[in-house]
Amino acid sequence: MKRIIFVLVENKFGVLARVSELFSSRGFNIQSLSVGETLDSKLSRITMVVDGDDYIFEEIKKQLNKLINVIKVRDFTGVDHVEREMLLIKVNLSKNTRAELMEIVDIFRAKIVDVGKKEMTVEITGKDNKIQAFLDLIKPFGIVEIVRTGKIAIARNKNEGGE
Amino acid sequence: MKKEKTDKKILSGAELLVKSLQGKNIKAIFGYPGGTVIDIFDCLHDSDIDFYLTRHEQGAVHAADGYARASGKPGVCIATSGPGSTNLVTGIATAQMDSIPLIAITGQVPTNLIGNEAFQEVDTTGITRAITKHNYLVKDVDSLAQIIDEAFYIATTGRPGPVLIDIPKDVQKAKTSNISSKPINIPGYKPTLMGSLKQIKKAAEFIDNAKRPVIYAGGGIITSGASDLLRKLAEKTDTPVTTTLMGLGAFPGTHELFLGMLGMHGTQYANYAIMESDLIIAIGARFDDRVTGKLSEFAPHANIIHIDIDPTSVGKNVKVEIPIVGDAKHILKELVKIVKDKKHNDWIKEVNTWKEKFPLSYKKKEGVVSPQYVVECVREVTKGNAIISTEVGQNQMWVAQFYKFDKPRTLLTSGGLGTMGYGFPAAIGAKVARPDMPVFDIAGDGSIQMNIQELATAVIKNIGVKIIILNNGYLGMVRQWQELFYNKRYAATCLRTGALNPKKCEMVKKCPEYTPDFVKVAEAYGATGIRVRKNDDVKNAIEKAMETDGPVIVDCIIDSEENVFPMVPAGSSLTQMIGGMA
Repeated sequence: MKRIIFVLVENKFGVLARVSELFSSRGFNIQSLSVGETLDSKLSRITMVVDGDDYIFEEIKKQLNKLINVIKVRDFTGVDHVEREMLLIKVNLSKNTRAELMEIVDIFRAKIVDVGKKEMTVEITGKDNKIQAFLDLIKPFGIVEIVRTGKIAIARNKNEGGE
Repeated sequence: MKKEKTDKKILSGAELLVKSLQGKNIKAIFGYPGGTVIDIFDCLHDSDIDFYLTRHEQGAVHAADGYARASGKPGVCIATSGPGSTNLVTGIATAQMDSIPLIAITGQVPTNLIGNEAFQEVDTTGITRAITKHNYLVKDVDSLAQIIDEAFYIATTGRPGPVLIDIPKDVQKAKTSNISSKPINIPGYKPTLMGSLKQIKKAAEFIDNAKRPVIYAGGGIITSGASDLLRKLAEKTDTPVTTTLMGLGAFPGTHELFLGMLGMHGTQYANYAIMESDLIIAIGARFDDRVTGKLSEFAPHANIIHIDIDPTSVGKNVKVEIPIVGDAKHILKELVKIVKDKKHNDWIKEVNTWKEKFPLSYKKKEGVVSPQYVVECVREVTKGNAIISTEVGQNQMWVAQFYKFDKPRTLLTSGGLGTMGYGFPAAIGAKVARPDMPVFDIAGDGSIQMNIQELATAVIKNIGVKIIILNNGYLGMVRQWQELFYNKRYAATCLRTGALNPKKCEMVKKCPEYTPDFVKVAEAYGATGIRVRKNDDVKNAIEKAMETDGPVIVDCIIDSEENVFPMVPAGSSLTQMIGGMA
């Protein structure tokens, strides 16, 4: 089962390696991972999407809590939350396709952040299904490069999953 | 011009390290010098800390571990960068698996060379990340004082474990005025000590209502110093006690409620008691696979109360009705207060019937020494007032079965990792910590050779460790498995010529009598060697070893095909024991 978790850690070197190692040593693949400072610059928040066996996942959560630099571990499974991911997509461009591409960008409330003679770069934010639909539509134009931030998530209820 | 007040002391990193260790009341350090730790050794040279130069870094880390187990205080070892630190790895992992407080200090190449494949550079913190409780790379001398304090705090609190501090050479040389640390506050590390009162009350109810309770105690009792409370709980509630290998000594081995060790080479009566029990009170133990046998058939009738300081241990392998996270001492103190006085006459009678029917036993054979008898003799000669370390394999199991440990911290053994070569250096560390106590390493002829170089350390420092070798010419435990489960194909387990061609063993006439001759090895190092060939001479030899100053090897020639019984084959249920006296 796919899960989103966040790990609140001390903002020190080596901490990310400790966290990711717990997954890798058990054969878990981390599908996406994003790290950033919190309001308190001494702390960082790691958001991960992982896929694997439930029992082992529970084990990993306990082991994460055991790491000295880990302050909190929260699992968004079953928690009402908002999740987002941002993509930058460089797509082929020609005189003939420009109008159609801009229309798609507009419908998806994406944003053109750079445009050249032969390429244009689009920024899009959203949930999985929206992003997938967008990618499906622009694929025929020829995608040159994609970069994704990895998913981040926040709970709707302030008592759940907060820092 | 006014002179500025300079009441602040300035120290180098190396000076600060040694001062801090003195401040922590560290009396002994084990280690080995090298290029990136010369500065630290230069400071140690002038200090009042006793330094023990081992002959291999692995010897140093095991000695520090033995020191910690025997004394209850953290052990400290030092090694240089690169091969020095990789040689510590096995010992650090040994301490991690058995929850032993250990501080490993390693040198590192100067910070500007890190990552350059410099001479004797390895990523020490990377390599040891998974086998330490925590580790540090010190990048700034100003943080050193704080890191040392935190390292000791982390190593010795909660579920203890090894902490490594990797200090680059330039950080050792750099000067700092930051020589004292702030109060420790690690937001992600707050071990739970007290245990939920609500859960403790619930546990007491279960205990009051149990008909066939068993206490299953582990090394956590010894770490916590809860042996007396364990005894009170057992006596007040009339509950039989079995322990893990790590728990031996936590409960008196001669007590009438004691069942001995459980699990793979445990007693039949301990295993039967577990399988028939309706309530298992697990304290400071982790339901390891060598204990439970086949998990799905473990203790089918029992509710389980699990007391442990490590939340990741609770409910990891078995389903637990009442988990209580906290320090065994605190929790037992409350529990003993509120449980009712009980008598379980029928249950105790049943357990005692098993004890009579299936005792641990062995047959003495002619012309060889019986290993079990050797273990009993060591106890008899020392009156149980000794520290015993073991290597790993048959020697370890015979000690666990036949030496009735009465006191905590008298057995030093690599329980979790099963490290051959652990026992002898650990015994050296123990003797340094407890010079008042006789210290024995009960070894096999295979495992003793893994760190036999430490004879030099023992001789030079006159550390009077007595080594008993149960010499069968085989890697006995693996050979036993080959005998029982691999059709007697002794592949690579014979330590003599037969190793090359086990099937033709009988035809080989050139097999040397000893490989090596341990008596001569002892003498070559300046120690004493005694050889024993029959049971009648065992006691005399042990007495002589006790009377002899300095280290002694007693080489006991045992039957080459002696087995450890009873035995639960790996992955079988605890009731499926083979080789017992049924």
